[in-house]
Amino acid sequence: MSVLSLADVTPAAAEPPLLEVTGLGKNFGALAACRDVSFALWPGEVLGVVGESGSGKTTLLNCLSARLPPDAGTIEYRLRDGRVADLYELSEPARRMLMRTDWGFVHQNPRDGLRLGLSAGANIGERLMAVGERHYGDIRGAAIDWLGKVEIDAERVDDIPLTFSGGMQQRLQIARNLVSRPRLVFMDEPTGGLDVSVQARLLDLLRGLCDELGLAAVVVTHDLGVARLLAHRLMVMCGGRVVETGLTDQVLDDPQHPYSQLLVSSMLQ
Amino acid sequence: MSEQLRAIGLVKTFTLHNQGGLRLPVLAGADLAVSAGECVVLSGPSGAGKTTMLRALYGNYLVQQGHILVRHAGGVVDMAKAPPSVVLDVRRRTMGFVSQFLRVIPRVATLDLVTEPLRRLGVDAAAARERAETLLERLSIPRRLWRLPPATFSGGEQQRVNIARGLVAEHPILLLDEPTAALDAANSAAAVALIVEARRRGTAIVGVFHDRAVGEAVATRIIEFEPPRMAA
Repeated sequence: MSVLSLADVTPAAAEPPLLEVTGLGKNFGALAACRDVSFALWPGEVLGVVGESGSGKTTLLNCLSARLPPDAGTIEYRLRDGRVADLYELSEPARRMLMRTDWGFVHQNPRDGLRLGLSAGANIGERLMAVGERHYGDIRGAAIDWLGKVEIDAERVDDIPLTFSGGMQQRLQIARNLVSRPRLVFMDEPTGGLDVSVQARLLDLLRGLCDELGLAAVVVTHDLGVARLLAHRLMVMCGGRVVETGLTDQVLDDPQHPYSQLLVSSMLQ
Repeated sequence: MSEQLRAIGLVKTFTLHNQGGLRLPVLAGADLAVSAGECVVLSGPSGAGKTTMLRALYGNYLVQQGHILVRHAGGVVDMAKAPPSVVLDVRRRTMGFVSQFLRVIPRVATLDLVTEPLRRLGVDAAAARERAETLLERLSIPRRLWRLPPATFSGGEQQRVNIARGLVAEHPILLLDEPTAALDAANSAAAVALIVEARRRGTAIVGVFHDRAVGEAVATRIIEFEPPRMAA
């Protein structure tokens, strides 16, 4: 008979985070869009950021992804070689390289994330070329392979995205982002403008790809159903602040903060 | 037998901020210890906190006080204090949960839903599929449904898919929240047989069963829960 005792609790091994945010703040004039936001993200972890419009979710995402310099706080990122870099102290070329290779950004509107005048294949291949891939056959092969992964017929490889439906454009944007095998992907309402059946397909696809590639992701959404399906952990934002954070199912099933309770109770069942 | 799960002094009070800050005490220092090969059935009237207890053990509900010690990966984890990544790892490898309702994932076929817990443990596709099929067959889910997402299935079919998904990975600890509530007698008996087999394999089980006969059929020990007294 061996009894469990508190003395036997083994401390969790502390793996270093991929991204560490401390005291991040961003103001637009007198408006504090983000206030004192701190959190860490670990490799392979999907973090959902939920909250109503105007709660600061997208501002946070833009600060995190090096698109909008914050007014306060630090964002530290662990590079592939293990060094930890302060994002906004990196040189502009180094930051650009990071955005093109190690990171992906999936916009709510695929038109913001695609080159509409270039073929689907060129949209996917562009990032490969940015990391030095020059062999045309290999690039085309990879593009066709990724079209398959996002369930777009390979025959469409030479068509421009303007001829695609909204759902296909969104899937193409995902392929374009993931082809360079990023370690971290930012997503801003990835299923936002899509009708429900298309949303389900995209969610299923994203869930599978995150799992398969071990991607870390920060997903901003106001849809708690999307958050439940994709995110391991949730951060609830209200008025620019993080009011609650925890395991996704815990935050949704047992919300602690008054605003989280309101958010969850307002969800359609 | 070795203890797999021990809850010490669990306190859980729900505060409903949008109902004028109403406070509902549900667990007031609950203890529980479960060893391998035991099935502890929580019994008691509705509202006594049985489901809250199960959900707290799983890390789904936050407790304000207490410890939830779990034997996990060669060590011991306190689920009440562990970081989210550790809680998720405990759920993946050590602790299964079968709830009353299946959470359907759009577009995911029944067979994939049931194999998923095994795939996450690194079991190869063919072996995972074989184990999933065995369970679906024993729970009488017609083969023609295996390729379909369970969204359109009846309540009883969904519940049986949920049981298959919860049992397939043979976690050392299993939490069961009314897993047989929507099942007819024959299907309920099939579920009971699977639970008893899991217990005999050495699984440590905690369960809540609406149907007293089912509870008695699987239990090695029954614990009575009483509704907490409201503070005057």
